[in-house]
Amino acid sequence: MNETHHLRRMTTIWIVLSIAADLLFWFLVGPHIPPGRMTDMASSNQFDFNILFVIAIPVLIGVWIYLAYAIAVWSAKRGGPEPVGGEAARNNRTAQVAWITITSVVVIFLAGFGTVELVVNHGSGGGEGPNPVWSPAGAIKAETAALAGTGTWSPNSNQVLPVQVIAQQWKFTYRYPTFGGFETPQLILPVNTTIAFNVTSLDVIHSFWAYQLSVKADANPQVNDVAYTTTNQTGPFTVRCSELCGIWHGSMYNYGRVVSQQKFMQWAQATEAANAANTKDLPPFAWTYVPDANGAAGGYYPDGTVTPYSTVETYGAKQPAS
Amino acid sequence: MTERPLATAGEASTAPRVPWTQRQGWLSQHLGTAIIGGILGYTFGHWLGNAISSNYQYIVNSGQNAIADALALIFGVVGWLLGIGALNYPLAKLAGRQPEKEVEVNDWSKYFRYSTNHKTVGLQYVVGVLLFMFTGGLLAMAIRTELLNPTTHYFSADTYIKIVSEHGTIMMMMATSIVVGPLGNYLVPLMIGSRRMAFPRIEAFSFWIFVAGYMVIFSALPYGGFPTGWTGYAPLQTQAGPGMVSYLFGFAVIGMGMMAAGFNIAVTIINYRAPGMTWSRVPIFVWSILATAALLTLATPTLFAAGLFGLLDKTAQTAFYVTEHGGSSYLWENLFWFFGHPEVYIMALPGFGIVGEILPVFTRKPLFAYKVGAAGMIGVSLLSFFVWQHHLFQSGINPDMRPLFMLTTELISIPTGFIYLVGMGTLYKSKIRFEIPMLFAMALYFNFLIGGVTGVFLSDVPVNVTVHGGFFVLSHFHYTIMGGLLFAFMGGLYYWLPKMTGRMMNKKIGLLHFWTMFIFFNLTFFPMFIIGLLGQPRRVFTYAKNLQGLNDFSSISAFLLGFSFLIFFFNLVWSLYISPQKAPANPWDSLGLEWQTATPVPPHNFERIPVILTDPYHYSEASAPAVADLGGDERVPAVSSHDGSGVA
Ligand code: HEM
Ligand SMILES: [Cu+2]
Ligand SMILES: [Cu+2]
Repeated sequence: MNETHHLRRMTTIWIVLSIAADLLFWFLVGPHIPPGRMTDMASSNQFDFNILFVIAIPVLIGVWIYLAYAIAVWSAKRGGPEPVGGEAARNNRTAQVAWITITSVVVIFLAGFGTVELVVNHGSGGGEGPNPVWSPAGAIKAETAALAGTGTWSPNSNQVLPVQVIAQQWKFTYRYPTFGGFETPQLILPVNTTIAFNVTSLDVIHSFWAYQLSVKADANPQVNDVAYTTTNQTGPFTVRCSELCGIWHGSMYNYGRVVSQQKFMQWAQATEAANAANTKDLPPFAWTYVPDANGAAGGYYPDGTVTPYSTVETYGAKQPAS
Repeated sequence: MTERPLATAGEASTAPRVPWTQRQGWLSQHLGTAIIGGILGYTFGHWLGNAISSNYQYIVNSGQNAIADALALIFGVVGWLLGIGALNYPLAKLAGRQPEKEVEVNDWSKYFRYSTNHKTVGLQYVVGVLLFMFTGGLLAMAIRTELLNPTTHYFSADTYIKIVSEHGTIMMMMATSIVVGPLGNYLVPLMIGSRRMAFPRIEAFSFWIFVAGYMVIFSALPYGGFPTGWTGYAPLQTQAGPGMVSYLFGFAVIGMGMMAAGFNIAVTIINYRAPGMTWSRVPIFVWSILATAALLTLATPTLFAAGLFGLLDKTAQTAFYVTEHGGSSYLWENLFWFFGHPEVYIMALPGFGIVGEILPVFTRKPLFAYKVGAAGMIGVSLLSFFVWQHHLFQSGINPDMRPLFMLTTELISIPTGFIYLVGMGTLYKSKIRFEIPMLFAMALYFNFLIGGVTGVFLSDVPVNVTVHGGFFVLSHFHYTIMGGLLFAFMGGLYYWLPKMTGRMMNKKIGLLHFWTMFIFFNLTFFPMFIIGLLGQPRRVFTYAKNLQGLNDFSSISAFLLGFSFLIFFFNLVWSLYISPQKAPANPWDSLGLEWQTATPVPPHNFERIPVILTDPYHYSEASAPAVADLGGDERVPAVSSHDGSGVA
């Protein structure tokens, strides 16, 4: 059998199988790929995953077909023709150039595609650090106001809602700066709203992973890690810690809920009122809090006079920069 | 040993004066004296640490004396090295005395001594890494047992996280040496036509310090374990108990072995090639080991320094990683991964080299695109220094640099893809003999493909939001390290053990081993991609109820995968001791230089230093030139392809 025969056969099988598998995947599996479509970030990250998969399928199938073909056709047991060594078997300019070109084009395309998606989607729900450069409209304004204690949020106003996520061994709590800075273990969010999560930690590194919202941002002590997402469906979602933080890391999860804007408003105002007495005793709202003097995060304060919490003035005012 | 005149095994023992340290029998230096030295050093260090520091207020308050723990381990390792004899030569030099020359003891006890013979060291490493692997494997079985059920727990949360951490660390440490140690040391000199490694004492040192590292990391368990996983992130690291000292110092000790081995191997390959062994004739395995050696030498110092900083934080109360005292938790993350990503290629490249040697032999074809393959390995090792922050995409550091790290990470798949070009080109119109080594080599191509493709998913920042820190990553790197490197290592053992031990491995048991390992490896790890996508984070002792089915499937497959390793160990014992079959000098009809010497390999490898005439891949070539002139009349003919398996 000559060269073109082998290659033509393999190519035919490859094209047919790849197209079939791609179509099946795109229409049957793709819409169910995590993290679903509860937020804009989730939908676009699902789209990215599916694009990658549609490109990966022909790669996988191509190599598998080749291996299977080699095992079936070029096995010594089949007693085919003797292989031919020599220069022709060592190098083949066309094959080499084609391989390197194709892999390079695919890879560079993927990097470009990923970059565009990342920037267009304001960081795709990932941790953007304290000074995000790809913020959605209105986010910086809302965050700056929140820190100054002048932030507001109301239904149908299309405002960004800042929410603070405070991680500690081994739980998450949340502060709502636009509602007097009350702190609660419940994460309730309004639908059709852009949320600016401000994630920080009081002790070791954790990671705030709101699975269905497609948000993941590490919680570092003394760092404000900002992540954006825009909700577009109501319903429950899971929050898990996804960075190892000690013994009970596995138990560090809870559930949040996206509700209608009116319901959210009711809940927030009710909680603000109910928690008012506690909120007074909390440290003033800030992007980060210095761990307490009891040794969390390895802190050791010999004389015990260190102020346990940073003030807005020391840490907060700088962030986020415009 | 190097200056020793050419002598046969029998004559070696008649060398003029044998120092007591190297006598035959008990009254000399060997594993036993090393253990005694280690225990004495450990006790002394502990005493010293308590003597100098037990009155410090913070030690009194915490009830933990990390200084004593650290000094105990440090002096323990020094005692171990003194006991085995690693310091005899340098200490004599320091004292201005003429050091006594090493004389190799020529019985089985040489495997328990400070041997400077690269073949002895290679075999010592085989046993060493298998022991390492076995320990790590037992811990893996414990992990999968706990994950059988989300609500019924076999271990406490505390014990579980320590098992996971110990498993990961032991496996990662083992994997850095699994090929470079046994096969690198044994085969590189044979393949480049050398009689020795460049620095035989450094070679012996790298093995014995590797064993010390194993014991140091193992000592974490009696110390109460460490809760940080193999990545050891601070401040959790700073918060952890004395087991953390073992982790930090353990990486420093293993690091010394890695640097020593890398440096020695790189110098050997560059300087000890036989005449005619030009860079375009160097076997592809040697290229892969050279690229790995470069990574070992250049990346490990970062790990060493990072571990030292951590030790200082724990003992001397410095604050490298303590945020509120001016340190940074990002510092550890960056130092660790600046080493850690090159590390993952330390655990990949040697596997590519092994399959590159196996394929031509069992396809009876020359290696396709040899130069592209070698360039790919060099390219991978260079690029691997520029990707480390892909482990920190969601960490909040350098968020604006993510597109750059996404690009560099994805660029690595180009040189990695060269390995596929080489493999597939070699298979083209070949005549494949499905011996055990070939099966493992083909399995690498299957497994690593899945590992590599999922790596591209991970490096896409938007997709990384979902898959980072979960079971998807876990599966990805098991596919590359276990599915790639470990499969290649197994193939390499089946292929080269006949040369190293003079015994053939049993093919029937080998087939059983291969198929159970291949099938259950995939059944264990493939479901983990789905588990990860469905939201299970890594390193958790409990998980969502709806994931129990998949987890149980994975666990049961994992137990059977564990069983396949028992089959392998059984095959070793069977083929080496119970029913040994003598191996011919060249059972696979290979053209490789390492197969052209006698089996067992003569003490000096080659009677005369061979003159290399061409590369070792002229299979199925009618007028192929001889590979090497071995001196005398025997020219090595290029074996023409012939049918049959080559094994009786
Ligand atoms: C095509 C080649 C590869 C690509 C594109 C790639 C990409 C990545 C990325 C982006 C991550 C970070 C995932 C995350 O935590 O979010 C990762 C993790 C990891 N990779 Fe790879 N990788 C490749 C090959 C390898 C190889 C060859 C090995 C080992 C032999 C390896 C071992 C690991 C390990 C151990 C981790 C785990 C890190 C942890 O503990 O969190 N990878 N890889
Ligand atoms: Cu946590
Ligand atoms: Cu990496």
